[in-house]
Amino acid sequence: MKTKKWPFIYVGVITVITYIPILLTVVYSFNASRISSIWEGFSLKWYAELFHDRDIWEALRNSLILAVLSCLGAVVIGTMGALGMYRKKSRLNDAVAYLSMLPIMIPEIILGMVFLSVFSLMGLPFGMVTLVIAHTTFCIPYVYSTVKARLVGMDKSLEEAALDLGACGWRVFFDVTLPLIAPAIWSGAMLSFAMSFDDVVISIFLTGPTVNTLPVKIYTKLKTGVTPEINALATLMLGVTILLLAGAALVGRGKRKK
Amino acid sequence: MKRKGNWLLLAPIYLFTILFVALPILYMFLLSFLSRAEVWGVDFTFTLDNYKRILEPLYLNTFVESLKLAFLSTGLIVLIGYPYGYFMARMNAVWKKRMMLLLMIPFWTSALIRLYGWIIVFRSNGVLDKVLMGLHITDEPLKLLYTYPAVVVGMIYALLPFMILSVYSSAEKLDFTLVEAARDLGASSFRAFWTVSFKLTLPGLLSGVVLSFIPSMGLFFIADILGGNKIVLVGSMIQEQATKGRNLPFAAALAAVLMILTSLMIRLYRRITGAEQLEGLL
Repeated sequence: MKTKKWPFIYVGVITVITYIPILLTVVYSFNASRISSIWEGFSLKWYAELFHDRDIWEALRNSLILAVLSCLGAVVIGTMGALGMYRKKSRLNDAVAYLSMLPIMIPEIILGMVFLSVFSLMGLPFGMVTLVIAHTTFCIPYVYSTVKARLVGMDKSLEEAALDLGACGWRVFFDVTLPLIAPAIWSGAMLSFAMSFDDVVISIFLTGPTVNTLPVKIYTKLKTGVTPEINALATLMLGVTILLLAGAALVGRGKRKK
Repeated sequence: MKRKGNWLLLAPIYLFTILFVALPILYMFLLSFLSRAEVWGVDFTFTLDNYKRILEPLYLNTFVESLKLAFLSTGLIVLIGYPYGYFMARMNAVWKKRMMLLLMIPFWTSALIRLYGWIIVFRSNGVLDKVLMGLHITDEPLKLLYTYPAVVVGMIYALLPFMILSVYSSAEKLDFTLVEAARDLGASSFRAFWTVSFKLTLPGLLSGVVLSFIPSMGLFFIADILGGNKIVLVGSMIQEQATKGRNLPFAAALAAVLMILTSLMIRLYRRITGAEQLEGLL
């Protein structure tokens, strides 16, 4: 079959369009003018302002703690759950598995509203604890379903062979099962981290007067008007994302070469 | 295999799901039949008022408008995303990797930050106005920020990756020799696409539809940031009633209706495709 050019052109054009706003944000982060559509020369003053904004750093710290804790929680609960449900099938298990997936099936806004009402019913003060519970709940599905899919695709005879050769249950788990499902746990964890770190909708219901997350902070800043400081922050976050993705790609390449 | 310790593995997910998913959602439905207390909190008396209130023109209109916006953005996402995902699946391995990386960078960047870029594009005398006026396509600023088209663009931008990834993951599995066989047997390229490729990538397409339609009802921050206060969605309404309005029962009723609409969509998806899991979600 001959390869046509226009599919490439189409994909290329759409990709370029999706990058325009991102590139503009980066360019204007170095703009001296406060009004972002006028270029008044190169300046790093928004970065300076950003570094002196203690609220932003506080919010960033909270978001990182939150993402790490909920990611860990989701990895433990989701992986254990996937293993347990894979080993024993029952109607009850299926029902619970379905329910545990709900948080990513329904619009986030419902989850936010649900947590708000339940936590105020329970009298829990809004802050890191409520945030971690909520984020863990919507991160579990990402870990659970990636690990479960990996387990279903796994060759069961490997575990059986290890058992036949006399390995005990724990040995089989650590020497056979865990290495096989590790990539799935890893990708579930990455997704969880990203989803938690990026979440606005649910967090906005649950951030108390004392604790703010970075997305919530950015949201309130954007609502009150354009501040070029956000440009600088966006550029830095974009830089970190690209570095991490490039790092992951390089690690992947290195592994395959071995 | 060791079956004895199995309940230990299952205990955490059972506990978490029952405590923080099942019971809270039940509580939400219960709440929607209660009334709000004088000052703050909930009065435990049964009422249907919250649902009656949704039928008032003001609120009903918001529902209709949200649905319209969701349909419009999902439709456009299909038109843009389906060919993208499909073409991507036909590229060679090297290009697939590259495109995946290019898709992933925006995907992993904060949604808010990406939307912020559109403010720069759309604002009055912003980049878009400058370009259009420079090319003499328009004479005066379009003032697109805080308008409906801006919100639609924001929705498409935020949700397009889900569609692309869903379509891509089902088109990837497609055996393209089937298309060639159809061509060899004399089918036109359109017919070959329609009868073979389209049918086989339908689950991916539909899953992309679900994945973009459902969030688009609730992503209030997009309407907030790019639409100003002019465009109110169900999501914004729920958020406002629950926080500023301090009317949890009414917010719960709104959320309950939204949830029922959502589950109907998911059921419809399952009915059509017979699939358990949404394609390309993970």
